[in-house]
Amino acid sequence: MTLPLIIYRSLRQHALSTFITAGSIALACGLLMTVWMVKTQSQTAFTQTNAGFDAVLGARGSKLQLVLNAIFHLEASSGNLAYADYEAIKRHPAVKVAIPIAVGDNVRGFRLVGTVPELFETVEYAPGKKYVLGPGGKIFTPDAKEAVAGSFAAERLGLKVGDTFHPFHGLAFDANNQHPDVYTLTGILAPTNTPADRVVWIPLKGLQTMSGHDARAATDVSAVLIQLRSPSAGFMLDMMYNKQGNRLTLAYPVGAIIADLFSKISWFDQVLALVAYLVALVAAGSVLASIYNSMSARQRDLAILRALGARRRTIFGAVVAEAAVIGALGAVAGYAVYFGLLLGVANVIRVQTGVVIDVAARLPILWICPLGMIGLCALGGVVPALKAYRTPVAETLAPLS
Amino acid sequence: MLAVTDLKKSFVSPDGERVDIVSVPSFALAPGEQVALRGESGSGKTTFLHMIAGILAADSGRVALDCAEMTSLSEARRDRLRAEKLGYIFQTFNLLQGYTVLENVVLGMSFGPRGADKAHAKEVLERMGLGHRLDHFPRQLSTGQQQRVAVARALANRPKLVLADEPTGNLDRKHAGEALKLIREVCHEEGAALLLVSHDELVLGQFEARKDFAEINQAMKGAPR
Repeated sequence: MTLPLIIYRSLRQHALSTFITAGSIALACGLLMTVWMVKTQSQTAFTQTNAGFDAVLGARGSKLQLVLNAIFHLEASSGNLAYADYEAIKRHPAVKVAIPIAVGDNVRGFRLVGTVPELFETVEYAPGKKYVLGPGGKIFTPDAKEAVAGSFAAERLGLKVGDTFHPFHGLAFDANNQHPDVYTLTGILAPTNTPADRVVWIPLKGLQTMSGHDARAATDVSAVLIQLRSPSAGFMLDMMYNKQGNRLTLAYPVGAIIADLFSKISWFDQVLALVAYLVALVAAGSVLASIYNSMSARQRDLAILRALGARRRTIFGAVVAEAAVIGALGAVAGYAVYFGLLLGVANVIRVQTGVVIDVAARLPILWICPLGMIGLCALGGVVPALKAYRTPVAETLAPLS
Repeated sequence: MLAVTDLKKSFVSPDGERVDIVSVPSFALAPGEQVALRGESGSGKTTFLHMIAGILAADSGRVALDCAEMTSLSEARRDRLRAEKLGYIFQTFNLLQGYTVLENVVLGMSFGPRGADKAHAKEVLERMGLGHRLDHFPRQLSTGQQQRVAVARALANRPKLVLADEPTGNLDRKHAGEALKLIREVCHEEGAALLLVSHDELVLGQFEARKDFAEINQAMKGAPR
């Protein structure tokens, strides 16, 4: 009980500095774990988000823009492609499913996407998962001014089945750009935790022929979402559209294109990680400074312990262990910081992109970071421990007579 | 029990000169014997006790404690020997202020070979009349009570030798007399030898065996008092 008692009493005696130091460690530990988890989990979530499609066909341009526009509903369209191009790829023997989409309008900031009912009837947006309509809902009729809303969009727009709304021109909401057309909501999709939750879906024809749109583009589509019969088909189509052709772009495979984006911004991760490491070092330094600064006040106690028979190594161990305990307290509190931050960041990502990151994932960083922090703090305790180790007993206890 | 031979210690003064503080050719104490050493301030008596306790290394000479030669041991062995065989009562008590009365005594025991024996620590504190103050902190006690905690801590480990450095220096006459009686009684009960240093004639007067440290310590012979 000697060592735990010495550590406990010392922590109690220096409760304020213990609290502040453990707090800074909690912040460092929480930040490190959050940065790491957000980085890895968002990368995983984004690269695995493909809405159930292997490839996207669009106008000649950036593959990334095409994927962001058609799968994540984030970017502007890189241009249109003719309906004949859609029909051609749909008939291609290597293609299992081809779903056309058209974009260009919004409902008070939420993207309006024109498509075909087949998307909701046959496509699995994730393995084994098809789109499901909420109670009383039905898919829109291709020729009617009807709509189906994603769960998040419906919630934020306050829409329920049977409500009507006006679309607005453009991808960004401008109240002056209201279309006169009136659409009726026929269904609300159950949450899918994909970008589709942030979209209001209408018939392809509805978006193509929206009043005010260019009549010459009334049959064009913005992109075609493609499911392939085999992976080798993707390379064949890639050759056909991207290397031999010069009019259209095939973005394939979807996940690799997003992974490429993450690798391009990996420097940003590295900067974040560097900041987190620095914060961890500063926290360990604060343990060192906090214990070291209290050494003068502790020296008498340490000398008394030595006079009672405590060995130098016991005193050394007690100070290092105390630093480790401060680290452990901080690491435990760090989990609270971590969960708080992660939930906040995950919510922002979900609101902004519709992508849901797994906050319950158990990655090695969740034990490596706290253990590393405890080790770092123990290391920070070595310097004051050496000072404690060298405490001159006779001189500290009483003036020599 | 205790045999000191040719024990010497000097320090370097601020002007760079080496000054002899302790030079004791011979000093001995039998088991259970109680001896008082008379010594003025600055006579080197605390340094002498520190060297006997092994918390200060001597320049030369030997200290043999219960057949173990303290001066030839490594520091770690000296620490162990001190924890096992010695009890030290300081003038300023040197209680650990952040620890309760019971913890002060238990911690003192924990470095010895018998380990922390809470029941015995309580027993000793009750013997000192502090059974109702076990969970108090030293600052919550009177000076006399703090002195009794210091005595309990020194005796709880059943030492062979108790060193007491001006143990009543911070007490009034009434409490000093009581404390001294208690120390002597408990040492007698436990069979521990007692070496007490003081400059207070009333304290020294209570001992049958009294010695003048100035006569034992050759370094101070001829020095102004």
